[in-house]
Amino acid sequence: MLRIENLSVSVSGKEVLTDINLEIKKGERLAVLGPNGSGKTSLLMAIMGFSDYKITRGNIIFKGKQINGLSIDERARLGMGIIFQRPPTIRGVRLRQMVNMIKHNDFDTDKEAKGFNLKGFLDRDVNLGFSGGEIKRSELFQLLANSPDLSFFDEPESGVDLENIILVGKVMNRILNKNKDNAGLIITHTGYIFKYVKADRGCVLLGGKIHCLGDPKWILEEVTKYGYEGCITCKGERITRKSRVKR
Amino acid sequence: MQGRKNNKEVPGKEVDIKSYKSKAEEKPYLEDLREISSDQRKNMLSAGVDPSHQGRSGTYIQIDHSVVHSKSLYPGLEVMSITEARKKHKWVDNYFWKILSVDADEFTKQAELQPHQGYFLRAKPGVKAVYPLQACLFLNENNIIQNVHNIIIVEEDADVQIITGCATASDVRRGLHIGVSEFFVKKGAKLTFTMIHDWAEDVSVRPRTAALVEEGGMFLSNYICLKPVKNLQMYPKAELIGRGAIARYNSILFAHPGAHLDVGSRVILKSENSRAEIISRVVSGGGDIIARGHLKGEARGIKAHLECRGLMVKKEGMIHAVPELEGSIKDIDLSHEAAVGKIAKDEIEYLMARGLSQSEAQVAIVRGFLDTTIMGLPLELQKAVDDAISACEQDAF
Ligand SMILES: Nc1ncnc2c1ncn2[C@@H]1O[C@H](COP(=O)(O)OP(=O)(O)O)[C@@H](O)[C@H]1O
Ligand SMILES: [Mg+2]
Repeated sequence: MLRIENLSVSVSGKEVLTDINLEIKKGERLAVLGPNGSGKTSLLMAIMGFSDYKITRGNIIFKGKQINGLSIDERARLGMGIIFQRPPTIRGVRLRQMVNMIKHNDFDTDKEAKGFNLKGFLDRDVNLGFSGGEIKRSELFQLLANSPDLSFFDEPESGVDLENIILVGKVMNRILNKNKDNAGLIITHTGYIFKYVKADRGCVLLGGKIHCLGDPKWILEEVTKYGYEGCITCKGERITRKSRVKR
Repeated sequence: MQGRKNNKEVPGKEVDIKSYKSKAEEKPYLEDLREISSDQRKNMLSAGVDPSHQGRSGTYIQIDHSVVHSKSLYPGLEVMSITEARKKHKWVDNYFWKILSVDADEFTKQAELQPHQGYFLRAKPGVKAVYPLQACLFLNENNIIQNVHNIIIVEEDADVQIITGCATASDVRRGLHIGVSEFFVKKGAKLTFTMIHDWAEDVSVRPRTAALVEEGGMFLSNYICLKPVKNLQMYPKAELIGRGAIARYNSILFAHPGAHLDVGSRVILKSENSRAEIISRVVSGGGDIIARGHLKGEARGIKAHLECRGLMVKKEGMIHAVPELEGSIKDIDLSHEAAVGKIAKDEIEYLMARGLSQSEAQVAIVRGFLDTTIMGLPLELQKAVDDAISACEQDAF
């Protein structure tokens, strides 16, 4: 579905991602873990084609097509979608109008809004005065309406209270399970979301570089035990060893 | 700097009164508005005036210098020309130039020296009309001047909505409209006044407007100017002279290439606990806009807010926001917010990430920016405004 080859990205002249290699297969879910400022959001923004994130080297290949030069909407229409960590406010555009512009025909805006506890938000300006949790729900609501083949989730659990995290997990599963081939890239700082959504593979992003690739459960165990500082010295060796033992 | 140069009000900018014809052909009075030409009907409709009277409590239509229709359909509402009103009620003279000064500038003088009618609208005490009154000031001949003097009185505890549409015939290019309007909102009364300007590329416009709001009265003024116009300068003023009086001005403006709009709203809060709000949304699609606002607090417990947002959508054009707050006593609360910028890139990209093209995203953002829901317009009017916004978008992108 998605292949990233030797990707380096700069933001306002500063390199934020260095030589990234990643692959997400059809139907697969990849988790990307990493501390604040490690480049997780930048990775998604670069894949989506946001203009501040300049590709200085490497390729992004989506559905067999090199997309480095495509505009954001072209990428979206090819089947990528994202929930943003900090989306902008769009004044005067109601959430209902927004969803109706982007939704698939089979999406029932009013009915779904109820399930998201967003009924009262349909007639509010997109993101205006939304709390952290409300933004998350509104983003997921839009993503579900949009129903992409490859979904990017930027810290879906952050700022969400315990009740709503179950809802977040449910919706993520609905989006990912809608079609057999649907794939996802889940970014998380804490890993809490894995209680509700299973990932197939995981990796750690540190200082703009991929540090290890392996079973997300083991990566989370290691990170919990040694912290992300542990990753600096380990360079993925423990995970590699564990994987070898398992085989 | 251009901004600095434009900071001062120049009421006469580019207008030479003598270059316009002061005589216009006499138009016949129409008992039945179905006789109005289809071109006139079309242009009136896009300024929010419906010649079929559908959903209206009364109608005044003036074409050039002639009153072609004037009728109230609701008891307790008076609709007539200003000359008729002065004949009918001796006291109307007392309202003439009561809150505006006849020698304020060359345009007020012109309106007095060479008057061409204008409307008189009045709601008698306690009258609450469901449907709005409508008035239309129409330019049908090219190159003429139209000077009107309007008086609007909402008596104690009455509640009325008024729609005023100003428009031109499709073949009118050039003209000058001078509109003197004096509003009186009496004790406990409420007036919602919506004015839509729908002029032509080379028409100059000089409204001269003031309102007096008494105790517990409420004056809501909506102004919409989205169509081309050459140059427009106005700075309407409301004086709140009774306890708890309220004034609210909402404006949305779009400046097409070559247009010069110098538009503000001013509220003088003279009595205790009075409130005011001035909100403007202005878009430069290549033309120049000076968006002014002035709040002056002179009494205890007042609260007022001024908000001006400007959006630049083309390389050409400029927006200059000039918000002013003036307080002359403590225990008042005056605030303002102003922002001028281009469409934010992160907003466009956000919408693009949902699959909208760049131009679809821009249209959605500008449309949202010019949101009129705060104006609470009647449904039919909302449609006229939506159409005008769509036309602006086609010009801008
Ligand atoms: N738009 C931007 N402008 C400037 N610096 C940025 C921008 N986006 C990200 N960065 C920088 O890039 C680095 C990675 O940030 P980010 O990708 O947001 O990390 P994460 O999502 O892992 O917390 C940080 O040093 C951050 O300050
Ligand atoms: Mg981030």
